[in-house]
Amino acid sequence: MTEHIVLSAILFTIGCVGVLTRRNALVVFMCVELMLNACNLALVTFAKQHGNLDGQVAAFFVMVVAAAEVVIGLAIIMTIFRTRRSASVDDASLLKY
Amino acid sequence: MNLTDMSLSVFAADAGHVPVLDPTPASGAFTLLWLIIALPLAGAAILLLGGRATDRWGHLLGTATVLGSFVVSLTLFISLLGRGAEDREISQHLYTWFQAGTLDVGMDLLYDPLSALFLLLITGVGSLIHIYSIGYMAHDERRRRFFAYLNLFVAAMLMLVLAENYVGVFLGWEGVGLASYLLIGFWQYRPSAAAAAKKAFVMNRVGDMGLSLAIALMFVTFGTTSFVAISAVSGEASQNTLTALGLLLLLAACGKSAQVPLQAWLLDAMEGPTPVSALIHAATMVTAGVYLVTRSNFIYELAPDAQTAVVVVAVVTLLWGAILGCAKDDIKKALAGSTMSQIGYMMLAAGLGAAGYALAIFHLLMHGFFKADMFLGAGSVMHAMDDDVNMRHYGALRRAVPVTFITFAMGYLAIIGIPPFSGFWSKDKIIETALADNWVVGLFALLGAGITAFYMTRLMLMTFFGEKRWAEGVHPHESPKVMTVPLMVLAALSLLGGVMLIGDWIVDFLAPVVGEPPHEELAVPPIVVSLIALAVVAVGVTIAWMIFGRRPIPREAPQEVSFVTRAARADLYGDAINDGLVVVPGHAVATGLTTMDDVVVDGAVEGGSLAVAGLGQTLRKVQNGYVRSYALSLLGGALLVVAALLAVNLA
Repeated sequence: MTEHIVLSAILFTIGCVGVLTRRNALVVFMCVELMLNACNLALVTFAKQHGNLDGQVAAFFVMVVAAAEVVIGLAIIMTIFRTRRSASVDDASLLKY
Repeated sequence: MNLTDMSLSVFAADAGHVPVLDPTPASGAFTLLWLIIALPLAGAAILLLGGRATDRWGHLLGTATVLGSFVVSLTLFISLLGRGAEDREISQHLYTWFQAGTLDVGMDLLYDPLSALFLLLITGVGSLIHIYSIGYMAHDERRRRFFAYLNLFVAAMLMLVLAENYVGVFLGWEGVGLASYLLIGFWQYRPSAAAAAKKAFVMNRVGDMGLSLAIALMFVTFGTTSFVAISAVSGEASQNTLTALGLLLLLAACGKSAQVPLQAWLLDAMEGPTPVSALIHAATMVTAGVYLVTRSNFIYELAPDAQTAVVVVAVVTLLWGAILGCAKDDIKKALAGSTMSQIGYMMLAAGLGAAGYALAIFHLLMHGFFKADMFLGAGSVMHAMDDDVNMRHYGALRRAVPVTFITFAMGYLAIIGIPPFSGFWSKDKIIETALADNWVVGLFALLGAGITAFYMTRLMLMTFFGEKRWAEGVHPHESPKVMTVPLMVLAALSLLGGVMLIGDWIVDFLAPVVGEPPHEELAVPPIVVSLIALAVVAVGVTIAWMIFGRRPIPREAPQEVSFVTRAARADLYGDAINDGLVVVPGHAVATGLTTMDDVVVDGAVEGGSLAVAGLGQTLRKVQNGYVRSYALSLLGGALLVVAALLAVNLA
């Protein structure tokens, strides 16, 4: 089991670093998906470990939510790109002090 | 009593002397009592509310209301004389003023011999002053307003002397203070007049504080402020309470009657129009203190320490005022100093107890006549001299204004106490009684009489005799009839006022209110005292003639003068003393408090809000709009939570 958890942690870390360092909204978005899936992997692994279905059910929930999020998130990114001709998250910094 | 005995043992209380007031309800003509106050009050209201519409006849209405009050007062006085001596106290209940718990203060009036005499003085002399003012203020465009204030003044004073309880007295007391403020500052465009009005008002408030504290103490001690009720039970209060009451009432009297240490406002009050000075000094205002002490005889008779305080204050004021009068070149200020001194005589008599109350009132009436005469005369002189008040610019006016001169001379002879003028009878009796009581006090009173003769003679010589020292272009002329007729009436009263003492009439008349005077034997017959007093007066007159009659008077006041003269010119440093003791420390405290407020209080409040604002300015930089920095803080937060969970679980 350990290798699954280690893989999950590596994937999560990659996603995390990607979110913090990349400017392109689409890449950031994909990194978020990577983190979600890293979580899913961990959930499924723990479910297997404990021998029950709780973790697997949670993983399904995460997938459903992620799917919905992709729909809305991509739509927002599209709109921003259309108005600003840019997909950089740093450019969309109007809402500040 | 032995003349050499310096003890004040005669002040020892003797409850048997204190008369208890026992009025009967008003009936017949006496039901008109309220009208005496209502008439001038209505006059003031109409003139003030009527505005410019009443400009044309306002002064006539103002005079008519006071004359009406005088007629009612005279009618009631005659009715009062028709009653028996024991039946001369009449009360009238108008309405319940206020009621709270056990306190029940009614708007009650008390008409007895004391208030009867005061009514005649206030409305009588007041009427003459009103008539005189018609002429004096003829060219003032605010004459209607002036008469409204005069009416208010008279109404307040009438309230003061007619009230049956101390709260009613307080109402009149404050009314007098307000009216005097309005009148002293009548020419308020002059900074000096505005300052004088303010000064009079503020110094009076100190005395008012005494009266209101006394009233509060009466409520606590007796549960009432009615004269009738208190006079019946005053003997039951403790000695300390009575002394405290006496001293508080004395403080009140000092404020209103310009006694040391609250005397400084009186000379500045000369900034008002001259009829106001006459009204304040003769008929109203300064007599209120003497009235209060006399009216409160049922307290003072039982508080010998307070009586001693009254005598001390009176003697100091008597000499203080007289010394001021000697150095002033302003004719009105010289007269004001003499008023202070004469009120000192009245307070002295009132402080002597049952032996002196009637004499205080007698001198008060006589002073009302001759001082009103002289003040109005001074106004007439000023009128002739284009409102110049400096006596060094007068001289030789006796031919220019003969009527004023003759009437003024009558007042002069009365105030220095030349028989048969009224002042002789009243002042002589006071000196006699003071001598019988305590020879030190008596000698001071005698000395005061000498100084009075000196400064009044000086005033006469500088004004009416000597050579002309008039300013360029001044052409003195006699005042119109409307001004000289009141002068003649007052001069006649100054001459004839002494008849009230025939057969001790006034003493017997007032006895139901202030008690029978005890019979005290002087070591020498009264005629000797009178002769000594006359001799002292003659010395004063002679000295004044040697200094001011024989030698020419310089037009400018000499600056190379003795210390005493300089001190007297500076009001005996009364203002400096007030400044040093009250104004400067008070100013320092106020400045300190302002600084404290600015620095400490405002510093804490404003500093706190500034710090919060500054913190907000710094913290809001965190909201930089970069999604990735938000994500970093999110991560940091999540890590913190995880670390905390781990720490808790592993511990």
